[in-house]
Amino acid sequence: MHSRNVMPEQALETQLLELNIGPQHPSTHGVFRMEVVLDGENVVKLKPVMGYLHRNHEQLAEDMTYIGSMPFTDRLDYFCAMTNNLAYAIAVEKLVGLDVPERAQYIRVIMSELTRLVNHTAVTGFLLNDLGAFFTPTLYAFREREKILDLFEAASGSRMMCNYMRFGGVREDLPDGFLEGACEVVDYYPKFLDEFEKLLTENEILRARTQRVGILPKELAVSASVTGPMLRASGVNYDIRKVDRYSIYDRFDFKIPLGSIGDVYDRYYVRILEMRESVKILDKVLRDIPSGEYLSPRGKAISKAPRTFKPPKGEAYGRIESPKGELGFYLVSDGSVNPYRYHVRPPSFINLTILEDMCLGHKVADAVIILGSVDIVMGEVDR
Amino acid sequence: MAIDEGLKHELRRQGIVVMKLEELYNWGRRSSIWPMQFGLACCAIEMIATACARYDIARFGAELFRASPRQADLMIVAGTVTKKMAPQVVRLYNQMAEPKYVVAMGACAISGGPFNRGYNVLKGIDRYIPVDVHVPGCPPTPQALLDGLMKLQEKIDTQHLADVEWYSRAAPREYPVPRFGPRGLEPQYNPHVWQPPEPTGIYLSSKPKEQKRTPTAATT
Amino acid sequence: MNDLLRPDATQQALQQRVPGLTLTIEGDALIIPADRLLEVGRFLKESEPYRLDYLSNLCAVDFVVEGAHLETVYHLYSMEKKHGPVVLKVRVPRDNPHQPSVVSVWRGAEYQEREAYDLYGIIYDGHPDLRRILMWDGFDGHPMRKDYVQEDQDALEERHA
Repeated sequence: MHSRNVMPEQALETQLLELNIGPQHPSTHGVFRMEVVLDGENVVKLKPVMGYLHRNHEQLAEDMTYIGSMPFTDRLDYFCAMTNNLAYAIAVEKLVGLDVPERAQYIRVIMSELTRLVNHTAVTGFLLNDLGAFFTPTLYAFREREKILDLFEAASGSRMMCNYMRFGGVREDLPDGFLEGACEVVDYYPKFLDEFEKLLTENEILRARTQRVGILPKELAVSASVTGPMLRASGVNYDIRKVDRYSIYDRFDFKIPLGSIGDVYDRYYVRILEMRESVKILDKVLRDIPSGEYLSPRGKAISKAPRTFKPPKGEAYGRIESPKGELGFYLVSDGSVNPYRYHVRPPSFINLTILEDMCLGHKVADAVIILGSVDIVMGEVDR
Repeated sequence: MAIDEGLKHELRRQGIVVMKLEELYNWGRRSSIWPMQFGLACCAIEMIATACARYDIARFGAELFRASPRQADLMIVAGTVTKKMAPQVVRLYNQMAEPKYVVAMGACAISGGPFNRGYNVLKGIDRYIPVDVHVPGCPPTPQALLDGLMKLQEKIDTQHLADVEWYSRAAPREYPVPRFGPRGLEPQYNPHVWQPPEPTGIYLSSKPKEQKRTPTAATT
Repeated sequence: MNDLLRPDATQQALQQRVPGLTLTIEGDALIIPADRLLEVGRFLKESEPYRLDYLSNLCAVDFVVEGAHLETVYHLYSMEKKHGPVVLKVRVPRDNPHQPSVVSVWRGAEYQEREAYDLYGIIYDGHPDLRRILMWDGFDGHPMRKDYVQEDQDALEERHA
């Protein structure tokens, strides 16, 4: 006997779910923990917890000579060792007033832009890992990255932790064959980017999942001290290479790609366009590099005898446009051989300020890709 | 009972394989070590590079990095273990199912590395959990990590079914998880796993080194 | 550097347009009294010709010997006008390290102030969520201060008789 036993409509009683994502999680880009409160799958509250990789870099620097901290700056943003070194070298050069010879400036620009390529391909690969295209784009990205790491190994002796910049120049001159190798990589790069883009930029799954997700409005981005591709994806035209014109960037003609909405798709696409601009800069630098000194005489003296380098009492704040944002070093010198205060202004740490604001209202799967698009590296967040 | 090698070879040509159960067991385990996705710091990037196309850890059967510790055989501790992270590392190790192995990759996991003097850095993960292979380097190149993996495979080959620890009753099932104290972790190390080394006489004085951070009067 | 943003020009402008304010200059930085910080901050952010809407760096320094104070240093830039920096410093005594928080003016100060609190012990009144960020919650002490003594781990490296 069938009775049409229809239950009256009752609202389901639900509770908010407190979930801990990390610190060991495939998608947290390192040891990063997010405490999320979920209503079903929608994020109601999100609090980041960091400090799992706090390695006391600033405290160690106070016990070492200035040049002794250079290898430790490699390990801050471990993808981009060269730009970390450069930021520290620029800060010390500002503190003391050191000049850098022409050839060294060109070499520095080559290394910075190659680092930008390495970083942006790797982060695009990781963003797509988070989206679920597990590892295939990463394999393509790392294939190109390996070619550039070979160049780094030839120049500095190490694939990742290069320790290549010195105060007043670079540690040693480029080896024979470096420029030809770099030209090969840079000539092939636009074709690689075309292949990458053909698979990704018009991909409907990528578009459906990343457009209109994690929108960051302009005013909030500026107020929250966001810098780097994340800021430019929200439409703010601020690139320290153009604003401060440090090193010799004023000699190159490159555009600053800007996004319009500030969602995850814009951040991904701004990085692809920035890679194309970096290729343009590299084309010109590799052609125009002059011969000359790779390290100024005063710089050579500092490298040979680190304990004689005692900057005068004072302070300096040196900043560069690293691939992740504004990387700055604040140094206070008391006239002795160790810095009195050594502070790193990390872009990833400060870009995380508005993570919660971007994730509210989205699903927890979107929170994961929003984190991926912020592009954090825990070595920098926690120092 | 030793089997004549010539006989083994002859049988193999007929399609009959003769081996000890333990060899088969070890061959299966050493050819399919599944690591856990557990990168802490810079060494994790070299671990990812090892898994990518150029250095290809898949040749060793280890391309399947499992996210969950329950499904993993190997924990590659890649990167600095800080005191804030150490309890989590020990908890994850406890959650892995036997047989499990630990590779300490990089100078930081072995002994604290360049960050040794910090207030938040644990001087080596072997203070709390047993480590099978130490791979030195900062970071170790992918070739070095693969060499460490091969050493681990050799270690697995020498393990005998009769006396492996995970089948014995006396083996520790859970390693105690350290707690956060006001100045560091409590306890500072697990005495069953690690003991401070005997004095070598290299240090000239037997007193602990003075702390360097006492304020000095002169700053000019 | 932009002539407008030189420390003496900024000091004059601030002393004229913010009533009752006196500032000192040290090097390139302006020393602001702690209780006037929010007014100065809002003025520099909102009024022409400064429009310093971007707080680039906020960090704490421990002067344990020279005057026994803790100092917070601010580096301000402008994204709108693309100029900068203006450096502000606020000093608090070590035994009563309270000062106002600038999170209501520049949101980017949120995590940086938490870090200064965690590692140096400066308490920012008005911060929405002032708790430790890099060390664990039960940690005792402020490790980056110059007189902090670490737990003795070196003694374990060799067993002492």
